[in-house]
Amino acid sequence: MTEWLIPTDYNTRVVLAGTTLLGTAAGVAGVFLILRGRALLGDIIGHATLPGLAGAFLVGRAVDPDNARSTPLLVAGAMISGAAGAGSVSWLTRRAGLKDDAALAIVLGLFFGGGAALFTLVQQLPGANSAGLGQFMFGKAASMLAADVQTFAVVAVVVIAAVVALRKELTLLCFDPDYLAAAGRSPLLLDLALAAIVLTVSVAGLWSVGLILVVATLVIPAAAARNVTDRIGRMLLLSGLFGFAGAYIGTLVSASAPRMSTGGVVVLADAAIFVAALLYGTARKRLAARRIAD
Amino acid sequence: MSVDAAPLSVRGLTVRYDDYEAVSELSFELTPGRLTAVVGPNGAGKSTALKGALGLVPVAAGEIAFFGSRLSDVRSRVAYVPQRAAVDWDFPVTAGQVVEMGLYREIGWLKRVTRAHRERATAAMERVGVADLAGRQIADLSGGQQQRVFLARALVQGADLYLMDEPFAGVDAKTERAIVDLLSAMRDAGKTVLLVHHDLATVDHYFDEVLLLNRTLVSFGPVETAFTQEQITSAYGGPLTIVGRDAPVGAAT
Repeated sequence: MTEWLIPTDYNTRVVLAGTTLLGTAAGVAGVFLILRGRALLGDIIGHATLPGLAGAFLVGRAVDPDNARSTPLLVAGAMISGAAGAGSVSWLTRRAGLKDDAALAIVLGLFFGGGAALFTLVQQLPGANSAGLGQFMFGKAASMLAADVQTFAVVAVVVIAAVVALRKELTLLCFDPDYLAAAGRSPLLLDLALAAIVLTVSVAGLWSVGLILVVATLVIPAAAARNVTDRIGRMLLLSGLFGFAGAYIGTLVSASAPRMSTGGVVVLADAAIFVAALLYGTARKRLAARRIAD
Repeated sequence: MSVDAAPLSVRGLTVRYDDYEAVSELSFELTPGRLTAVVGPNGAGKSTALKGALGLVPVAAGEIAFFGSRLSDVRSRVAYVPQRAAVDWDFPVTAGQVVEMGLYREIGWLKRVTRAHRERATAAMERVGVADLAGRQIADLSGGQQQRVFLARALVQGADLYLMDEPFAGVDAKTERAIVDLLSAMRDAGKTVLLVHHDLATVDHYFDEVLLLNRTLVSFGPVETAFTQEQITSAYGGPLTIVGRDAPVGAAT
């Protein structure tokens, strides 16, 4: 049992380190994402990275055909198109007078559709070593390297530090943006900071759970934590913990069978935690209601 | 910054939403130490005028000065109490944490809320009679208690000018009484209050001055001269009988 829970196998340990680092960071960042009512922003950013990845591959191929899949270039491409996706939603709601959900649907379709078309193009290029690009769809946790884990550690530390450092202001942004503005802090700037945090987690998550499921690792642990506690501080702590646990359990389970999608199982583990939290939360509220009635 | 400068001076304030002019050419100047009610029919632009002055909505035209300065230079002297319905009361914070938000600006970026801040928050909550609720989740508070928590958040800031958006809306008699007591204590301390108010019957009991608004200024000044039957009729676009104008609900204890 212990051996299963704490694997000795080097590769499994590397993958575990990588997925749990990102799972924890996503859990913490997700708290303010859902409290701001912007859960779908994570979905947009995730899907909108696709054309950036394909574009980065094309650029990389033009520069150096032997090494088209350069990681820094892919990160830059994903960051740029992810940000463009989020920016387009904001522009559509402000300027075109669209409601949030319509703007989200349009941008998601446009970027993901455009990305998919670009992808097909890339794969038909003669001699294109595009193998592996498709893995960003559902993540490529199983092929994670120790060097990737080092990058993820930096990402996790930066994301968690940013959320903790901006905790007061982000709390006020989510609770009462008008009061925040009256106190001389810019809601727009803080929304951008939050979007930048989510973008960082999402792009790193491409290498772990993939662009389709990254939103789930942001939202599910936070939603679970909200069911367990009514305090923002505990919610941040628990959401990080749930994100860690989901990634840990999911990675172990997927490693126990060949070719099981790590991202998919991590999200299933997150969902199991959410269901448990929901049951606990409902029971807790019932008890509290009974105590008041007595 | 001049010592005698008006707490709030507004000249030609105009706010547009698309093609609709919500507030038009509004001008007034508050006198220090007075309680002023902003009164007018629904859609008269009362909340918008407050938000426009604070820069919370885009202003099409107008000059606004707080204590003779730009708001950004005197923010700590100005406190805002938004409408209670403007926020989600299911948010995962306690009543005490909401009051502490009034200190976030003073605490500054990156720094934490300390015990000294918490004590000040408690003191502000005592002034409106909700100190015992500090540890309570805000969803578990009554509407009146929530409103008093909002007022405590403004009080803890220690400002000189308070802009309040309908603090009397939907509160119980106990809270109305608590707000009225608070307002007179604030007046005694030389604070200036501009308050969006709905209950015409209590205007002359609670306030020194009235700003009667219907998208543009109808009248402004002491209640005796700026809140006559003709002026009210003009603002509300028809004759209006104010039931119980001499016996306000909140004061009848």
